[in-house]
Amino acid sequence: MEQRLANIWRMSVNEKKFIENALLSDHRVDGRRPFDYRRLSLKFGSDDGTAEVQLGQTHVMGFVTAQLVQPYRDRPNEGTFSIFTEFSPMADPSFEPGRPGEAAVELGRIIDRGLRESRAVDMESLCVLAGKLVWAIRVDLHILDNGGNLVDAANIAAVAALLTFRRPECSLGGEDTQSVIIHQPEVREPIPLIVHHLPIAVTFAFFDDGEILVIDPTYKEEIIMGGRMTVTMNTNEDVCAIQKPGGQGVKQSEIMRCLRLASQKATDITDKIKKAVEAYDLERAQRKIRRHSSSSAQAACGADIKMSKQVVDVTQKKIDGFKIQSKDPMNQEEVESDTDLENSNTRGENNSFQQVDEIHGKMKSVNLFTGRPSSWHPYGKGITSLSTCTSSVALSAPRAMEAEKKDTVALERPNESKLEKPSVEATVDDSHTKEMSASVQQVNQKKSLKDAVKVKSRKKKKVASTMVGE
Amino acid sequence: MEYVSPEGLRLDGRRPLEMRQINAEIGVVVKADGSAVFEMGNTKVIAAVYGPREVQNRSQQLSDQALVRCEYSMANFSTGDRLRRPKGDRRSSEISLVIRQTMEACILTHLMPRSQIDIYVQVLQADGGTRSACINAATLALADAGIPMRDLITSCSAGYLVNTPLLDLNYVEDSAGGPDLTVGILAKMDKVTLLQMDAKLPMHIFEKVMQVAMEGCRAVAQYIREVLLENTKELEYRRGL
Repeated sequence: MEQRLANIWRMSVNEKKFIENALLSDHRVDGRRPFDYRRLSLKFGSDDGTAEVQLGQTHVMGFVTAQLVQPYRDRPNEGTFSIFTEFSPMADPSFEPGRPGEAAVELGRIIDRGLRESRAVDMESLCVLAGKLVWAIRVDLHILDNGGNLVDAANIAAVAALLTFRRPECSLGGEDTQSVIIHQPEVREPIPLIVHHLPIAVTFAFFDDGEILVIDPTYKEEIIMGGRMTVTMNTNEDVCAIQKPGGQGVKQSEIMRCLRLASQKATDITDKIKKAVEAYDLERAQRKIRRHSSSSAQAACGADIKMSKQVVDVTQKKIDGFKIQSKDPMNQEEVESDTDLENSNTRGENNSFQQVDEIHGKMKSVNLFTGRPSSWHPYGKGITSLSTCTSSVALSAPRAMEAEKKDTVALERPNESKLEKPSVEATVDDSHTKEMSASVQQVNQKKSLKDAVKVKSRKKKKVASTMVGE
Repeated sequence: MEYVSPEGLRLDGRRPLEMRQINAEIGVVVKADGSAVFEMGNTKVIAAVYGPREVQNRSQQLSDQALVRCEYSMANFSTGDRLRRPKGDRRSSEISLVIRQTMEACILTHLMPRSQIDIYVQVLQADGGTRSACINAATLALADAGIPMRDLITSCSAGYLVNTPLLDLNYVEDSAGGPDLTVGILAKMDKVTLLQMDAKLPMHIFEKVMQVAMEGCRAVAQYIREVLLENTKELEYRRGL
């Protein structure tokens, strides 16, 4: 109620008159037309459910978090939804730290009404155990810079954060399914909230006893305005909430005009938000693919690393090396592609697994050309084998390279490489037998004949046993 | 629950466009400069106005106009369950802000610079439409205090249930989850000063509901004028005019 006058910046009469006169001739101080919004930029954070909105000079951040709580007694099947606002003193000298002032409470309540009462977020899907456990969604809005029209910016931040938020999946378990297990995001993909519609707040400022109205007032326009009205609408032409807290009176016809304008603006802003959210979702999915592809390649050589180094199955290494190389075009594809290829790529990798197992029953620590720090030792035993490996692969490498360079449809490439592999496998088998002796000789330089013998037996028996200390 | 029966009667027997019974009394708080009790059906609200008087906090003094302060609170016994926090919670804070800005629109504050006008509103019985009752009571109290005003501000609520616009919702109809619209108008000028709505409502239906609410406001304004006129006649009589 009380504002610390010492902290309020007062506007001079000259400036006030200037802005008012300019508005009389439909001019706004920042050059906009009366019904234009300022430039809107929407960014997302690395976590799900964080959004950063910049509307002109106004800067607002929204965060969404979820927690399991007990539901309200009169609504045992619904989750809860609450909005908290933080008017940081760095945004405006008149904001005091500590208890939220009037403006903060009002802003929180306007956004709360727009989202909760209009049933924008589906509450019943947040129920886990009726009457006992439900998800409580909490939206925190932090005002970082007050350039005017905080309500609109905060509303966009809240809506964008809700759209990108993912809550952990949970399932019922334990005896008589009363205990709830919350799955980690790595185990099960977190799920988005169900949002039925997007309520967008559009703020009008009235001047000259309700005769002049502008959209999206700046800080200075807010100081001189006679009254304001915030209309929260969605794209279905539903009015979700209206807040006109006193101030200058306006005719009813003007109010209907405001609603029509708000409807147009709401559609524009909804489009922008949806585009930004789609781009974020796409980028998020790509991030996941990259993570998964590298992790599966890691798994491929994970088994290798366990094997002892002494038993260097040169031929196996050769073949593995070849396989890794053949994986390369696939890996490169993965990096560039989107989710469609993920399946085909993993299939391809599985094939390579099977082939390796067939021949050797063991995997080795090998060079991996996945472009990451690997277990490759420049001075390890693998150098000589690698050289032979590369020479043998050189036969098929051009084919692989060609496959890469061909600008065919992305889906065809994994097929090609898969086709290549069986044929190449045949050649490798031949080369394997041919070069077995050669490689064994090479190995003999460093190891005893025993290793060669064991290699053969391993190949025949296909035993996947670890060989330690040879 | 049948909010509107097939015969067109609401839960308390009213027609959809019928208001609850209004009753107002002036001069109930003797110490205050102006006071009033306003009843809309079962909702009963008391308002007291102190001012214009010296600003208590010098730092807040405005050199060109009067400072208007408002405090809204609900009595513990006003609702069915005894309230634990009658004031200071977010809802009270927001309604205080709303009432203050609404009354500021009609008070001629530039005639009383460096002074303060306090409006205290207390809900004694809450049965829906408390916001409207508070504004109506505040108008009467300000008039009783003799504070110069531009116009009378009257307020009424309306809703939309079972595809019918309903005037003056009570608590049961309000908690039905349908839209709840509160309108405050400047009676003579017929301009809307307060407008609050929650829950979804398509735009064309909104227009209809707002029309209904404004009609209600005009009816309240009519009643308030009668009450003030009678009060003035009483004062004249007492002064022997």
